[in-house]
Amino acid sequence: MSVAVATDVPRPVAEINAAGKFVFIAGTVLLCAWVLVPIYLLVVNTLSSPQEVSAFPKTGIPSFDFGSLQFFLNFSGVARALWNSVLVAVLTMVLSIGIGAPAGYALSRFDFRGKATFRMLVLMTRAFPLPLLALPLAVMFIRVGLDDTAIGLALVHTTLAVPFAVLITFSIFAGIPIELEEAAWTLGCNRLQAFQKVVLPLVLPGITASAVFAFTISWNEVFAASVLTVENRTLTAFLLQSLSVSPMHLKFAGGAALVLPALIFIFAVRKYLFAMWGIASR
Amino acid sequence: MPQKALPYLLLLPATLFLLVFFVYPFLQIAILAFSGPEGFTLKPFLTMATHWKFQTTLSNTILLTAIIVPIQLVLALSMASIVAKLKTGRNTILYIFTIPLGLSDLAAGIIWLAIFEQSGFLNSMLVGLGLTERPMLFLGYQNLWMIFVAVILAEVWRATAIVMVILVSGMGLIPKEYYEAAEVFGAGPWKRFTKVTLPMLRPSLQTALILRTIAAFEVFAVVVALGGTTLPVLMGETFNWQFALSDRNVAAAYALVILVISIASTLFFLRVLRTPKGATI
Repeated sequence: MSVAVATDVPRPVAEINAAGKFVFIAGTVLLCAWVLVPIYLLVVNTLSSPQEVSAFPKTGIPSFDFGSLQFFLNFSGVARALWNSVLVAVLTMVLSIGIGAPAGYALSRFDFRGKATFRMLVLMTRAFPLPLLALPLAVMFIRVGLDDTAIGLALVHTTLAVPFAVLITFSIFAGIPIELEEAAWTLGCNRLQAFQKVVLPLVLPGITASAVFAFTISWNEVFAASVLTVENRTLTAFLLQSLSVSPMHLKFAGGAALVLPALIFIFAVRKYLFAMWGIASR
Repeated sequence: MPQKALPYLLLLPATLFLLVFFVYPFLQIAILAFSGPEGFTLKPFLTMATHWKFQTTLSNTILLTAIIVPIQLVLALSMASIVAKLKTGRNTILYIFTIPLGLSDLAAGIIWLAIFEQSGFLNSMLVGLGLTERPMLFLGYQNLWMIFVAVILAEVWRATAIVMVILVSGMGLIPKEYYEAAEVFGAGPWKRFTKVTLPMLRPSLQTALILRTIAAFEVFAVVVALGGTTLPVLMGETFNWQFALSDRNVAAAYALVILVISIASTLFFLRVLRTPKGATI
């Protein structure tokens, strides 16, 4: 069938199509290279010895020397910064789902006065540069004793993550037909039981995805982390404050340590990214 | 009665949280920016506006945004169109395109530092090709425009993915029939793109532009990683006043400037790209 169609097409058109196809493929390859090559170069620097990192010219091929990585991991303060980053990110994850998911459920299941106002409040957070919140909160935290603590920073990161958590969980719950819950009620479940036995298993993967997203938001955040932590720096704050004094190989190994978990997480939630943003843009 | 109270109970934690950690701190910023030791004053703003760095800081930030966001829009539209056309390998390409979405701006800055530093990969390539004899110092204060270029490349590289993801999900919502109808009336690929895709993408374009413009005004870690304090931007100066110069009031004044231009640009995009009444899918 397709062969017959191909011979029917006049030659010039076929040539234009072939040229168009070539441009299309070349463009795709070029764009993939544009994304991947810089990451590759960071990996090359990370997997080279400190001497090679400051040497010139560079070959662009890693020597698989772990000297830079070892230097980074043994550098004073790095282990603690890594631990702080994980701690703050996990707290952010728990807080933002704990606060956001109930709101998402309410938005998807009920019609009530004030619903539009609440949606407006959530959407409004988008028009604000949220990391700036760290400035007044720094004062407030000193007053209540939350300054320089993981939970204090996690509260600010939760402000960044909660709007996403609300909108994403809203879309996930909205995807579960209410009839399923109603069926459980008629079979003798109360509201909570029906939620636990019917809705929860269905939404768990989606909730996990938005939790991972919250983790990544916190893991990557630089400004608020640098403003709010002094002793208990997160990895981003640590790297930022040592940028002007640290040797190149420390920066690159630190950059790689920031990138690796993010790569894994984005891979883990890739299925949900589009559903998440599709609904988030309404 | 509990049935009626349930939605409010579920919304209570999120509402309280946003009031305490979103609404209240922003009011605090506004108060801080207008206060001094003797109460209400415009002094923080005067200090900020008369400081020799302020003009350059403001124009650097706005110029960066004005260059970065349009490039990202064009690049993201091309990526989204490619993804929409792909049949084989769509998921792989899509994943590759979205990778930078998960990276922090600091990581992006460090990645492009590996390319632009004096013994970096760009110099290695230029010398290797015989284009220059000696490695050049790209990121010094003598080459301010080069730091500018490096920051633009790093930001375009990192943050185009989010625009693309929003546009891809938006394109998925456009009914196929619209394209078929356009084809029947003889519209070519470019006509279909400008007459069907772009108008139908309005809501997604609006979201993407609002998100990206605000984020571009907040550019910070990329600039610090690539240029230190050589290229002052608003967020960097806010940080500087908070710490190096330890004047919270001027820092709050800077924050208020970022806030005002962010809200102004949001209102601008809400107005310019509003969906005409009754034109939703």
